[in-house]
Amino acid sequence: MQQIISLLSIFAVAAHAATYDLPPLPFGLSALKPMISKNTLQIHHGKHHAKYVDTLNSLVAGTHLENQPLETIIKESYKSNKSIFNNAAQAWNHSFYWQCMKAKGGGTPDESSHKQLCDKINASFGSYANFRKQFAEAANTAFGSGWAWLVSDRKGNLSVTKTIGAENPMVASGRLIPILTCDVWEHAYYLDYANLRPTYVDTFLEKLVNWEFVAENLERAMDSGRNWSC
Amino acid sequence: MKLAISAALVGSASAWSTLTMKAQTPNSRRNILQKGAAIATAIAAPAAANAYAVPDLLYPFEALEPYIDAPTMKIHHDKHHGTYVANINKATEGKDEVDILELQLNALEAGPAYRNSGGGHYNHAFFWDEMAPPDEAKKTKPSAELEAAIDKAFGSLDDMKAKFEAQAAPGAVFGSGWVWICASSDGLKLVGTPNQDNPLMKGVTDEVMFPILGLDVWEHAYYLKYQNRRPEYVSNWWNVVNWDKVSENYAYVTENKAGVPVRG
Repeated sequence: MQQIISLLSIFAVAAHAATYDLPPLPFGLSALKPMISKNTLQIHHGKHHAKYVDTLNSLVAGTHLENQPLETIIKESYKSNKSIFNNAAQAWNHSFYWQCMKAKGGGTPDESSHKQLCDKINASFGSYANFRKQFAEAANTAFGSGWAWLVSDRKGNLSVTKTIGAENPMVASGRLIPILTCDVWEHAYYLDYANLRPTYVDTFLEKLVNWEFVAENLERAMDSGRNWSC
Repeated sequence: MKLAISAALVGSASAWSTLTMKAQTPNSRRNILQKGAAIATAIAAPAAANAYAVPDLLYPFEALEPYIDAPTMKIHHDKHHGTYVANINKATEGKDEVDILELQLNALEAGPAYRNSGGGHYNHAFFWDEMAPPDEAKKTKPSAELEAAIDKAFGSLDDMKAKFEAQAAPGAVFGSGWVWICASSDGLKLVGTPNQDNPLMKGVTDEVMFPILGLDVWEHAYYLKYQNRRPEYVSNWWNVVNWDKVSENYAYVTENKAGVPVRG
């Protein structure tokens, strides 16, 4: 019995030791077919994302960043430690990216269920079509490996931006709040689209965007603005 | 601060870079032919002012199997390299024709199209020609001069390969980029560059250097066959390195103090 208890405590310690755990995908591996294949999701989540998480955990072990929230690690390492930053930000970016997608998503956000989001898109871009054009342009022109983002300030003013490598708008100049992202590292689409990044980006916008998640993120961003002004 | 750094880089680069500009490329005859062809094309179809071209591979797409697969070679050459060429042609339309090698030195100042697409064209053209089918590649070896330079800089060829593989790891060149062995004012150097930057571009490395060997570690270079296993791609790649060509590159850059001219 004692042996079992000590075994259990080893597991408890081991589980506690990881600063950040790889979150499971919010959908099945085949859920996004044929837009994103099972093979891509398996490797992207199970290998790339997992590797960033593992590397992050080993890099922060024994440092003052161990067991800190991921956002704290990202902000603290941004200027001071490139490899911790890269792995922490990539861990965050991928966790966020998965939630930005769902089966039967994409297209124009539904006016009746996401009124605030639709209003803010119209106020910031003039129309959904303009937003879409800007987002696709950012995604298609992020040179090399990067990310396209829809970001918000604390008042709900939206804009589109792109980042290279692991860079995240929460630390990049402007420090805006991400509410939607599309991964345009080649590993995100190469097995399904090869060099045809624009087709992947169009598919992401037309069929995959999880607008519920985006609307929640916008709400949180504006809440933080309301709290901020208090 | 940034300005001070670039000024320092320009300073240290100048000794080598002025020579780069003066260097006569051995393919100037080809350039004349190309210009002739371009004029002929221009007469036939005035809309197409197509200065740069994707050079044909010196081997079939499948020749580097099993280390680099045919679909990768075809997409990489026809589509990725093709896009860089189309974009640099667009960016230089109506301007004087300059050899792609010469566009490298001031690419950062010239802007993103020169840096990304001009760099992309040079890097890929350089890359194709330093590779050969494995049965041919294995008969090649570094020249005595190159071997001596490698030993001096890295200890041995095996040490150089180990250091090169470490520099090519995903944590060292993060995201898209290249790994190079270059001739510098102080012997051979190993360096990684992001995206389509290369050491011929003023401001990319501490001084302008002349690549003699370069490896593309963009995911598109290996993803269809190796997916996330970049290190396996890198260690397999030695099987298709044409050391005779690398030795030629070394001889050229040491003699001319200039970058290696490329086809296209």
